[in-house]
Amino acid sequence: MELDSVMLSRMLTSVTLAFHIIFATIGVGIPVMISIAEFIGIKRNDGHYILLARRWARGFTITVAVGVVTGTAIGLQLSLLWPSFMQVAGQVIALPLFMETFAFFFEAIFLGIYLYTWDRFKNRMVHWLLTIPIMIGSSASALFITMVNAFMNTPQGFDLEGGKAVNIDPIAAMFNPATPPKVFHVLTSAYLTSALILAAITAFAILKNKGSAYHRKALRMTMVCGLIFAVGTAVAGDVSAKFLAEYQPEKLAAAEWHFETESNADLVVFGTLDENNEIHNEIRLPGFLSFLAGNSFDTEVIGLEEFPEDELPPLFVHYLFDSMVSIGMFTLFITSLFVLFWKWKKRNEWNRPLLWGVVASGPLAMLAIEFGWIYAEIGRQPWILRGYMKVADAATKADGVGLTFVLFVVLYIILAVFCVTVLIKMFKNKPPELEYEQRFKSGKLQ
Amino acid sequence: MSLEVLGITVLWVFLYGYLIVASIDFGAGFFAFYAKITNKKHTVNDLISRYLSPVWEVTNVFFVFFFVGLVGFFPDTAYYYGTALLLPGSVALILLAVRGAFYAFGNYGSKDNVFFLFLYGATGLLIPASLSTALTISEGGFLEETEDRVVFLAEELFTSLYSWSVVILAIVSVLFISASFLTYYADRANDTGAREIVRKFALFWSPPTILASLLVFIGLRSHNPEHFQNALGIWWMFGLSLLFFLIASWLIYSRKKFGTAFIMVMLQFFFAFFGYGASHLPYILKPFITIESSVTSPVMGTALVVVFIAGLLLLIPSLILLMRLFLFDADYVKGKK
Repeated sequence: MELDSVMLSRMLTSVTLAFHIIFATIGVGIPVMISIAEFIGIKRNDGHYILLARRWARGFTITVAVGVVTGTAIGLQLSLLWPSFMQVAGQVIALPLFMETFAFFFEAIFLGIYLYTWDRFKNRMVHWLLTIPIMIGSSASALFITMVNAFMNTPQGFDLEGGKAVNIDPIAAMFNPATPPKVFHVLTSAYLTSALILAAITAFAILKNKGSAYHRKALRMTMVCGLIFAVGTAVAGDVSAKFLAEYQPEKLAAAEWHFETESNADLVVFGTLDENNEIHNEIRLPGFLSFLAGNSFDTEVIGLEEFPEDELPPLFVHYLFDSMVSIGMFTLFITSLFVLFWKWKKRNEWNRPLLWGVVASGPLAMLAIEFGWIYAEIGRQPWILRGYMKVADAATKADGVGLTFVLFVVLYIILAVFCVTVLIKMFKNKPPELEYEQRFKSGKLQ
Repeated sequence: MSLEVLGITVLWVFLYGYLIVASIDFGAGFFAFYAKITNKKHTVNDLISRYLSPVWEVTNVFFVFFFVGLVGFFPDTAYYYGTALLLPGSVALILLAVRGAFYAFGNYGSKDNVFFLFLYGATGLLIPASLSTALTISEGGFLEETEDRVVFLAEELFTSLYSWSVVILAIVSVLFISASFLTYYADRANDTGAREIVRKFALFWSPPTILASLLVFIGLRSHNPEHFQNALGIWWMFGLSLLFFLIASWLIYSRKKFGTAFIMVMLQFFFAFFGYGASHLPYILKPFITIESSVTSPVMGTALVVVFIAGLLLLIPSLILLMRLFLFDADYVKGKK
């Protein structure tokens, strides 16, 4: 591996995105959870749920801050590290980029209002209503920025003439074929991951000190939401696979180590690959890749042999793909089990192994987000604009990318350490029972 | 108005918006730190935190808005500025990241952490200095285009009189804008103690603002005579700027109408900033990018303008709501809500 500007630019972009995506995912999903908790709290006149919303919102401010600053970083790094790419694509994709900042603006305004008006309105529903623009803003940000990424995968709405984009159709570029499956998958998985992270924290608290009514309500609520979002994510994943089979067959083929074009293609689960591209130790589900690609065992799935060798993505993406799918299945399993045990009274949903499973599901879900994105990005190598521009032609030629890389890595480490420390300190000194006593003394809401 | 003029005007309005809100924020960080180490903490810091907490995130968006819009309207800027500014741009980004994150860590997490406050105060002066270099570079003479790349002549920048005069102006203006706003805010809160402190800051930074502006004109005359001539052509804008400055300073000095005084400060910078921008044209980045040469396709330009107007219809009522709740609500400002 040669550390030229291209490689270093890729490394810096990866590390920024990998770090930002943790906070971006939380930023999209947590507002939904806060909104649901506050709504239930008001409707049932239950202070526990209101307190949940309050405490989640407080922790959320810290992650939002890191999300905002790393988002600003990647926004500018696009031009700093990939100037030639932005010169061409910037013209075609400026619209969703611009709209993303509007959505972000909208969210920022109402988040500021929401956080500082808890006790300001007589009618508590007015305060709850503020969560709607926050959710719209955060999910719309995800929508627009995913459109930009979708465009890089299936570019359309322009012609390339002498290195310049002409005949631009901004709407066609935005609503490219990759947009619907990607947006669907990004949103559901962000909601799922956020619900599971909150569930994991709650389950951990219950395991450590038994927990109170507050914790039990929180876990039940996050688990039900988690189950719904897990089903949504699974459907979205299936839609995405069908999309890939049709529009980016080389990406799906690389993920599945599918070399020859054939119908009734096998799905390869796990396994290893030797230097002759022979697959070992795998679990083979006969015909299932065809089924995944087109809902029928007869579907013909295009193999890697159809593509020139210098346009193939690396084959290790198979491991990322399998890990992502396995974690997705695990989240579906653990949330269903919890809800089943709770509704089916003979079983105890508070048993320790199950709770430990919930604790694991939070970080695992975040890991699956990372795997999924790395797969999605590496899977379209060597292209930055599939079919139009290769990554190697888009990177900056300026000196100093190495130094920049080091500076940003140091920055992210510092941010991560302080973010975690501040969050832990914030909640450790003020357990929910104590806060509940202070805020809702009579057991009712003021 | 042609599409490109409309585009640059829209962007300039946003950069002006950022100039005002970010200056208040950057200066406030510095004053908060200064007040802390000189033990005037409680009077000034509560006031600053009450204003900043709900709006700090909004400030950041103005900046993102500007550079996303710039690349959208004028895609060539991505190529030239992107290549040239890799290092200085990254340093500015890191400072912004440190500042934003540690503001939140300090304000929502561990209050009274001096280290966090120090980072917040120090970056408040370094960021305007580093961002202002992008404007300096736009005057030309600091970039060199070779066959396949753009080279940033850092040494030229560091030894240029003009470049340093812009940095000084940026820092001084930040402190002046911020202090005059805080004076108004403290006055609304009926917090005479805090008001007298920030009023002194405002008066202290008032003469240097004008001196630094003069320095910039002198630097510009030798660095970019063409731009200087253009500026003389619209001398009345700078004249108005000076007039509003004098009114503002006089009002603050005689403890009258602090709200009007702050509006005068905004007008002072409005005319100076738009005068500067207008005389800068037709170049966006001399001599590589002119406003006509690099504009995006007409379809995209129109689409951006449509989205921009739709966005404003959404944002303006929201911003008014935000201001009514936190800026013009006397009870909130006084700390009763």
